[in-house]
Amino acid sequence: MKSLKDFDREIILRLYETMLKIRLFERTQARVFRAGEQEGFTHLYLGAEAVATGVCANLNKDDYITSTHRGHGHMIAKGGDFKKMMAELYGRSTGYCLGRSGSLHIADRSIGVLGANGIVGDGNPIAVGAGYSIKLRGTKQVVVSFFGDGATNQGTFHESVNMAASFNLPVIFVIENNRLSCGVPTDTVCKVLENLGDRAVAYGIQGENIDGLDVLEVYTTAKAAVQRARSGEGPTLINCKIVRHRGHFEGDIDIRTQEEVDAALKQDAVESFEKRMLEEKIISEKDVQEHRNRIQKMIDEAVEFARKSPLPKPEDALKFVYAE
Amino acid sequence: MRTIMYREALREAMIEEMKKDKYLFLIGYDVGKYGGEHRISGNMFDIFGDARVKNAPISEQGIVGCAIGAAITGCKAIAEIPFGDFLPLCMDMIVNQAAKFYYTFGGQMNVPIVILTAMGGYIRAAEQHSQCLESWFMHIPGLKLVAPSTPYEAKGMMKTAINDPNPVIFTEHKKLLPMKGEVPEEEYTIPFGVADIKKEGKDVTLIAISYLVHAALSVAEKLEKEGISVEVVDPRSLYPLDKHTILESVKKTGRVVIAHEAYVIGGVGGELAAIIADEAFGYLDAPIKRIGAKWAPLPFPSVLEDYVLPSEDDIEKAIKEIL
Repeated sequence: MKSLKDFDREIILRLYETMLKIRLFERTQARVFRAGEQEGFTHLYLGAEAVATGVCANLNKDDYITSTHRGHGHMIAKGGDFKKMMAELYGRSTGYCLGRSGSLHIADRSIGVLGANGIVGDGNPIAVGAGYSIKLRGTKQVVVSFFGDGATNQGTFHESVNMAASFNLPVIFVIENNRLSCGVPTDTVCKVLENLGDRAVAYGIQGENIDGLDVLEVYTTAKAAVQRARSGEGPTLINCKIVRHRGHFEGDIDIRTQEEVDAALKQDAVESFEKRMLEEKIISEKDVQEHRNRIQKMIDEAVEFARKSPLPKPEDALKFVYAE
Repeated sequence: MRTIMYREALREAMIEEMKKDKYLFLIGYDVGKYGGEHRISGNMFDIFGDARVKNAPISEQGIVGCAIGAAITGCKAIAEIPFGDFLPLCMDMIVNQAAKFYYTFGGQMNVPIVILTAMGGYIRAAEQHSQCLESWFMHIPGLKLVAPSTPYEAKGMMKTAINDPNPVIFTEHKKLLPMKGEVPEEEYTIPFGVADIKKEGKDVTLIAISYLVHAALSVAEKLEKEGISVEVVDPRSLYPLDKHTILESVKKTGRVVIAHEAYVIGGVGGELAAIIADEAFGYLDAPIKRIGAKWAPLPFPSVLEDYVLPSEDDIEKAIKEIL
């Protein structure tokens, strides 16, 4: 493992900041959701923080991402606004989607987030289209499609990676491989779970299998993929091995034994990175507390903003069915 | 006026609009050098090249997803799915993504795509290449759905479809594609939501969709000689639907036959009949009659297919039943 000192300090701090934002946002979200403050369903990004963080640190504001049902982390890593996010989770009219779509469907077109998506695997063909658009418009943007290991067994995965490869599009396919497809251990329905990145060979593109809990490994792998995409060298498939800290959604039963859950919780991308930073004296214990307090305060303010925001009017349900 | 084929009218509309908008592209299998499974794209590949007349793999979800992704990032797309029967392969992309994007994200992203597809039978193509599945799409908020019946309407409505900011399911009928009709050379468009009275009449309103408009006109002409005056109404677009023209016609004649090739059960005709019953019940002098396919998949030999699909005789019989 490389020393943190081999990396630009600014980048280390930026990665840490983003991971911490996701971690604290999701912990807060778990708490207020369980307290019954929101309707609907929520799927938390806890355990996957290093993936969105490491990948999106390589993206510009005008680069695109497609996201999943577990999309809060992607939004935060791409620069999403806590207040608008939390308001959306609370179903308030000040939310990103005017409070109509909630946790499953946050998007911010202005920062290139083409939508969290409630259908497993549907972000992939849309990412291909964004890649096609980039090529047609002749810009230097790239697209990242985030999806889980479960989505790699959808037909959309095959269709999309094949199209992106054959059209040589600037699309990076990022698997967040938490080894679970909702309530099914994916290795019981897929023979190549560990090395899903090897599927890239079948499409004639570059594939990687990496430790998705190591934000620096994610960052450096994604950096190379983004550079290839930007310079016209086509797509990459990156398999990031991670863990899922919670159930499929909050309040769901967990198919895993308590021992398995405990083991997953011990593999913690955020805390291990924090520990390394402390050990290598990049930051002090005092800095850690300051960072955590500062970010938590922002999130608490977002919760308050959401709580105080108005609900949509019932008749707003009929707006935005068609564009004029 | 010059006459051109329906497929040529569609091609002209696409070519003219693609010349105006360099970020508008056509994607589908066979649309390239081959010229399209139904020869709609023809020479478009030679005019616009590979990037804008894009051959795709046989990946319906990929094709429609590609159109959606491009449409929300500054382009516009026409995705050809050459047989309506293949739409189930990309139903998720159409129904869960294209139709909902604008709504779900609170108006942040609209999806200006056209899905061009051929419905219909009478071509001896058997169960998986002959269906009329338009009613599925009339049931989904967020989609627009059109079924022009002449070359003139095909061109004018294709232009409207391309410039609509929403996803449009543009259905043609395989039997209409080689049909010739008058198409002006000057620029024109036909708005959605405006029905066309194809023939005026006073005794009965015959609402017909797509290819069956021509059967309806043939029946109307025949009955005219028998002293029965049939008004043929072509809705042209099914969503948005021109209820006003339909209801005015019904109020005038007091009698209605609805003819489409799709199955009667769950077909568009049921919705039209319900609208008429709701809003013009007091004007009706007879029950509303619906003509459509019998309840079986579509077999290939003429002896069987023609038995399942509606005929001019069926339409004529229905009219005479309610007079």
